[in-house]
Amino acid sequence: MLSRVAENLYWMARQIERAENTARLVNVNGHLHLDLPAKARTGWDPLIVITSSENLFRQLYGNPTDKNVVAFLVSDPRNPGSIVSSLAAARENARTMRDIIPREAWEQISGLHAQAGRNVQKGLLRPSRDEFLRSIIVGAQTIVGMLSGTMSHDVGFDFLVMGRNLERADMTSRIVDVRSADLLPDLGGGLRPFETIQWMSVLKSLSAYQMYRQHVDQSVRRVHVLDFLLRDVDFPRAISHSLGEIEACLTHLPNNKDSLNVIKRLRKLVSDADVETLEQESLHAFIDRLQVAMGDLHARIAQTYFRTNLPV
Amino acid sequence: MTIRWRGYDAASSYDELVRPGGQLRNAARILGRRLAQLDDEQIRQRRDAAELAIQTMGITFTVYSQKQGGSIDRAWPFDIIPRVFASSEWQRIEEGLKQRVQALNMFIDDVYHDQKIVKDGIFPAEILAKSRNFRPQCVGIDPPLGIWAHICGSDLVRDKDGTIYVLEDNLRVPSGVSYMLENRQVMKRVFPGLFENYNIMPVDDYPSQLLEMLVSVAPTTARTPKVVVLTPGIYNSAYFEHSFLAQQMGAELVEGADLAVDDKDRVFMRTVQGLSPVDVIYRRIDDLFLDPEAFNPDSMLGVPGLMRAWRKGNVALVNAPGAGVADDKVVYAFVPQMIRYYLDQEAIIPNVPTYLCMHKADRDYVLANIDKLVVKPANESGGYGMLIGPHAGKKEHAAFARKIRANPREYIGQPLLNLSTTPTVVDSHAEPRHVDLRPFILSGREISVTTGGLTRVALVKGSTVVNSSQGGGSKDTWIVDDMEDN
Repeated sequence: MLSRVAENLYWMARQIERAENTARLVNVNGHLHLDLPAKARTGWDPLIVITSSENLFRQLYGNPTDKNVVAFLVSDPRNPGSIVSSLAAARENARTMRDIIPREAWEQISGLHAQAGRNVQKGLLRPSRDEFLRSIIVGAQTIVGMLSGTMSHDVGFDFLVMGRNLERADMTSRIVDVRSADLLPDLGGGLRPFETIQWMSVLKSLSAYQMYRQHVDQSVRRVHVLDFLLRDVDFPRAISHSLGEIEACLTHLPNNKDSLNVIKRLRKLVSDADVETLEQESLHAFIDRLQVAMGDLHARIAQTYFRTNLPV
Repeated sequence: MTIRWRGYDAASSYDELVRPGGQLRNAARILGRRLAQLDDEQIRQRRDAAELAIQTMGITFTVYSQKQGGSIDRAWPFDIIPRVFASSEWQRIEEGLKQRVQALNMFIDDVYHDQKIVKDGIFPAEILAKSRNFRPQCVGIDPPLGIWAHICGSDLVRDKDGTIYVLEDNLRVPSGVSYMLENRQVMKRVFPGLFENYNIMPVDDYPSQLLEMLVSVAPTTARTPKVVVLTPGIYNSAYFEHSFLAQQMGAELVEGADLAVDDKDRVFMRTVQGLSPVDVIYRRIDDLFLDPEAFNPDSMLGVPGLMRAWRKGNVALVNAPGAGVADDKVVYAFVPQMIRYYLDQEAIIPNVPTYLCMHKADRDYVLANIDKLVVKPANESGGYGMLIGPHAGKKEHAAFARKIRANPREYIGQPLLNLSTTPTVVDSHAEPRHVDLRPFILSGREISVTTGGLTRVALVKGSTVVNSSQGGGSKDTWIVDDMEDN
């Protein structure tokens, strides 16, 4: 498989996954808003920090308001991470690989991009936002299913799965971060009861609530939710599961030693985390470390497989 | 209004399907009768079905549009009435094309070696000296089998009296063959019944013939040769075709950055498994962008070192660099002489009479008759930069006369042919529209010609501009067996 094609497959999967998870991110914040009493709400600007786009946002909009943050994340073509931009980039990537991607999957990718563009106003208005975000999530999941069900599970597919899972692990960590301490006020005193509701929101935004209930014999509490989203090996949006998927793909590929080492490091980081004590600041710092390591994993994969060079 | 052949009037042109007076030509009889049985609604249904097929099959071409911010993908314009040839006539055309390409390849090989044709006084040295497509980098190189133009697309037109002429030979990176193949697929979906009842010669084996030819020029026999299609990328107007042909042949579609040449002048492609050797490159990039080391140093599309590898015989380039020297409207005028000189034969398919402005007598004639002639620049394609004298005004005549005087080598004059027509659906009836034909000739160990080719049609009434970038469309082309009773 050509390095360029492998790279395109990897990025296409990442961009589709990013669109889906940005929809989930906006969704979880929307629900938190509904759940919290007015004095505890933090508004929408934490999402700018979580998506690491402070500089770009400040350049484009200046001060964050609820409205412009949502527009920035959903519809702004100048934000390469917005839902609309991610889908456009995924479609453009897919277009260069029409010979590789099954026709139905291509039509689905192209269709989701067109549909998102057509309905983008819905995503900006409060009453229709939920419906819009859900349609993005369902559309992205349809593409994942279509590719899995119609494309040969060959080397190219490995790159697709790696791209998807790395992006997913990264975004799951960011969604957990929404609840971390720098960004939300310390819910001391009379606000404790709301804590459970908030963690339920996080689970729901990751479609994880049902699976959590089935597999965790515990009430919804921070420590158990964190443990589930970080370390569950069966739930497909849990970080450990995603890392396992990437690891499995890498074992099919040549020259995988360095990448596997980074995975090993990441897994250790996750398994060593003491979720009991991961409160507030330490949770945010931990997630930062996790994201840096995931960045290393990407760099290692890119270096090994996308930049094949002549021996010098 | 349905299709009524009695009232069909091709006026002063030769019509490919219908004789003057409305009688159908033999090879088109079954088709014509079937079409006349369709009512308006049925004709519309077939048109819609064709349009839908083109959309779902994703048959597109790319046009550059400043207004829409870059290149856009457009559906391929298609007409459902095929253009029909009798196989007896086609056989002669096929022979003529093979003869022509054989002579052209001998000419190119000669030009880059001893230039015997120049020394023997048949071909003027000054044409080569001023040729824009002569590549000094190719002198003395021996490509496998002595073939330079492996793939040639020659444009054929028919004049009023029924004579078929070669209008030009495309020897650089001729395109259109994918549309020939897709047009047939569309027609099979739209008129399955006709294919059951007619002896229509198939076109579908072109990709296998192409692959066979590419393999036959591979420099190595040690392993199954690795064939790749080299594209400038997704913004190229023919990208659809590049990806289509790669897909049909099971070859890798690569861009310049996917390839690398090592210090032993071997070509590799970059894969996730590491570097993997490449033997044959079907390149769809122009000469000047192929290798920044040898040609345009700013080219981002090419592969540094590719010419070194080719010169050493480590890789086959198809078509060979420099083949375009014969893709020049001035050189074209000498093809009948080439056929005589190299093959000792007379050309089977004639050239359009051509006046070379570099010769004084011809130039004087062109200047005196500029309002009656077609004037073409020697090195443009796609119908750009030409003057159609009878359709132009005095100002344009004067402007072209100035261009000719300033640069006579670069211009030729030809009489305006009255291009043949073929019935084309307009609303729900048929009207004559002008057509040409581009067959494709493959030269490897053997020479083969597509059965038919790409028929291009000027969809605008009276127009003779068939280019898809300028309002042209296309049709399926049928070679119908007329030896048996149809």
